[in-house]
Amino acid sequence: MELALFVVLAVIAVIAAAGVVVSKKAATSALFLLLNFCTLAGLYILLNAQFIAVAQVIIYAGAIVVLFLFVVMLLSPDKEEGKDRKPYTRIFAVFLAVLMLVEVGYVLFTGVLGGTTGQYTPEKIAEVGNVQAIGQVLFTDFLLPFELASVLLLVGIVGAVVLAKREL
Amino acid sequence: MVPSSYYLILSAVLFTIGVIGVLVRRNAIVILMCIEMMLNAVNLTFITFSRYLNSLDGQVFVFLVMTVAAAEVAVGLAIVVSIFRLKETTDVDEINLMKW
Amino acid sequence: MIWFILLFPLLGVLINGFFGYRLGKRVVGIVGPAAVGLAFLAACGMFLGVIQSPHAVVNTLYSWITVGDFDVSLSLRADPLSSLMTLVVSGVGFLIHVYSVGYMAEDERFIRFFTQLNLFAFSMLLLVLAGNFLIMFVGWELVGLCSYLLIGFWFEREAPADAGKKAFLVTRIGDFGFALGVMLIFATFGTLDFDQVFERAPELLDGTIATAITLLLFTGAVGKSAQIPLYVWLPDAMEGPTPVSALIHAATMVTAGVYMVARTHVLFELAPLSMGVVAWIGVVTAFFAATMALVQNDLKRILAYSTISQLGYMFMGVGVGAYAAGIFHLTTHAFFKALLFLSAGSVMHALSGELNIQKMGGLKDKIRWTYWTFLAGALALSGFPFFSGFFSKDEILWKAYQNAGFWLWLVGIVTAFMTAFYSFRAVFVPFWGQSRLDKKIAHHVHESPRVMIVPLVLLAVLAFLGGYMGLPHFLGGSAVEGFLSPVFAAEEGTHAVEVGAHTAGVGLEVAFLGISVVVALAGIGLAYFMYVARPTVPVALARGLGPLYILLSNKYYIDELYMAVLVNPLKGLAGWLARVFDARGIDGLVNGLAAFFGWSGQTTRQVQTGSVRHYALSILLGVVVMVGYFVLR
Repeated sequence: MELALFVVLAVIAVIAAAGVVVSKKAATSALFLLLNFCTLAGLYILLNAQFIAVAQVIIYAGAIVVLFLFVVMLLSPDKEEGKDRKPYTRIFAVFLAVLMLVEVGYVLFTGVLGGTTGQYTPEKIAEVGNVQAIGQVLFTDFLLPFELASVLLLVGIVGAVVLAKREL
Repeated sequence: MVPSSYYLILSAVLFTIGVIGVLVRRNAIVILMCIEMMLNAVNLTFITFSRYLNSLDGQVFVFLVMTVAAAEVAVGLAIVVSIFRLKETTDVDEINLMKW
Repeated sequence: MIWFILLFPLLGVLINGFFGYRLGKRVVGIVGPAAVGLAFLAACGMFLGVIQSPHAVVNTLYSWITVGDFDVSLSLRADPLSSLMTLVVSGVGFLIHVYSVGYMAEDERFIRFFTQLNLFAFSMLLLVLAGNFLIMFVGWELVGLCSYLLIGFWFEREAPADAGKKAFLVTRIGDFGFALGVMLIFATFGTLDFDQVFERAPELLDGTIATAITLLLFTGAVGKSAQIPLYVWLPDAMEGPTPVSALIHAATMVTAGVYMVARTHVLFELAPLSMGVVAWIGVVTAFFAATMALVQNDLKRILAYSTISQLGYMFMGVGVGAYAAGIFHLTTHAFFKALLFLSAGSVMHALSGELNIQKMGGLKDKIRWTYWTFLAGALALSGFPFFSGFFSKDEILWKAYQNAGFWLWLVGIVTAFMTAFYSFRAVFVPFWGQSRLDKKIAHHVHESPRVMIVPLVLLAVLAFLGGYMGLPHFLGGSAVEGFLSPVFAAEEGTHAVEVGAHTAGVGLEVAFLGISVVVALAGIGLAYFMYVARPTVPVALARGLGPLYILLSNKYYIDELYMAVLVNPLKGLAGWLARVFDARGIDGLVNGLAAFFGWSGQTTRQVQTGSVRHYALSILLGVVVMVGYFVLR
């Protein structure tokens, strides 16, 4: 059951990703991206990360893709890309990327990855709920990164406003 | 239960597609989108490990990654907008003032 | 005490050099000679000390260089030989300094002249007082430098400048050999100190090394003392002021070679081949130079060739083992040759610079003091009985016959004949006969001032009396020989010669003495015949012996030969090296290196395409490579 769900979601995710890369129009790419994000949210739920799944939908699918669409509409709604001047760089890029994929696959299958097992088993998490569990960890062990993230957001806001103004 | 390697392979594939997209497309906005896709692939990896190692650290990381991604998209798009104002195009090949 | 000998000239250099222009000509004219005069007094003091204790006393100031095994100190040596040399150098030097005050009075660079002359005195004294080979070499090089400076004193004119360069370059060749000899000594002995080297020489040296060392040292002497084949600089050196010719090129610097051979006689005795080379080069040079002096018309050049010839005699002396005789001749030669040069300078002074003897004549009544002193010098040079040259030259010839045989003596005696002849040619042609003077000069002929005449007279007295230091055995024995015996007879070896002198018989010695007298008188007589009694004879003879005369008066074309064979090819080589090897080779290498970097920069900058996608691609490439490396490890 889980496996079937995984396969379906995975296939859709990959097709959507391919769609992002291949589409001629930027708006179409944005919509494929949206589909990709939503399938990922589904996968997160399968992985017992419900809070993250919801956050994914809210932040990525809800805010970021919308922002992308805004900008696409603002700047170049219908323009298509022209011909590439040097086609061989594309081929080389694809080759390199596939090579990287092969390497990662190799790493996965020789099992060089490991990690220490923690104590938050799904049963334990289910006792208090995913949100509360994350909250507990976030506000104790990861307090500093949390605060820094908020500063980062502030910086991002200021930067975006400054960069996009017509005159300072 | 689905073996962890499946998720990891999926994540790798999504990442690779994202990389190809960054290198192949010429529209700046689409490039940013592909970068987001790469980030998501990495998020998937984190969550996978969080699940299979019984730890919550992965999820917290993903939470913070999302934060950073949001800020980064905002700033990146602001840059694209201001360049568009200058050059009337979003084609990255046109932005080559640093050519020798 | 010994250090004062060096200190006074050094002070003279410093005072004249740094404060001369402020002190003015008068003061410098006193400080200069005084520096050497005080050195002479110090030398007298040293002489008295040496008489009391004739052993060598080595005085070390400090350890100069200590590098690994190489240990050289600034040390001076007081023994009879160095004592005699310092007396000669400082004494004659003092008289010449005094003379120069008058001679150079009109010159604007008077002060510089005395500075350089004092520097020369210092250097020469350093050379003869040295206690080890390195200090001697320092003195050797310094006198070469002073010679260059003083020959080219009037450097605005091309001839003196060229002559200075020629002197320096030719003696350089000799100096190179000398330096190699010193290095070989160090390699063999591990030390450069005279005492240590001479002590260990008999045990350490076999024939080959000894011959090599001594021949190398002798090449230095050949250069510095103007023997064949490196004599060509000395005639040209006459472009310098006359006091310079007198001091450096007659009395002192050129005798450095003779002194050096005498000082290192221990080494030479271990290499009979070298001794033979020294003696034969000496006598051949003596003969050869005398032939050239026969036909010269420039008064100073006659004296220059004469100097070369007399130096040959000195080398003949030390080459046959008669060191005391060689040094004795060095001393008397210093007296009469300096006298002759200074008198010639006086003649020049009287005739406003004229030196061609064919344009002189009848001067003996006009400049009488000059004439009489010149005559005294010529008599000494010819070996006229009772003058100093007679005793010293005869001593050398006698010893040559005893130790080396008939042929050496024969060449020597023929040269003596020629010496007498050309000396009196130089007396009769300028001073006797009708006046052939240029009208303008004839009006201004005047005797030189007293400051020039007094040294001349003193030197004339020495030229006459100096011989009595070295009487032959049957008349009482040579005082010089006795004085120098601690230096020369202190070792074993082939010094049976000094003893052997007695066994050869007094009669033979008197006979040889007689032959020398006859030869000298014959030379003088022939000169009188040709230049006073029958003045047409020389011209006829010159025409009759046409080619020979041309050969002689062009100095056997040796200078031209050297130019063609040595100088021009070397200049060509230097030019080629400069144009091709340096400009193209080395510059090409350096410029090529720079060009290479330029090219690599140009090529590498093409990576900066400005395209973001290319940069992203290269990032990916880097990632792939790195991950691959870690994965495969």
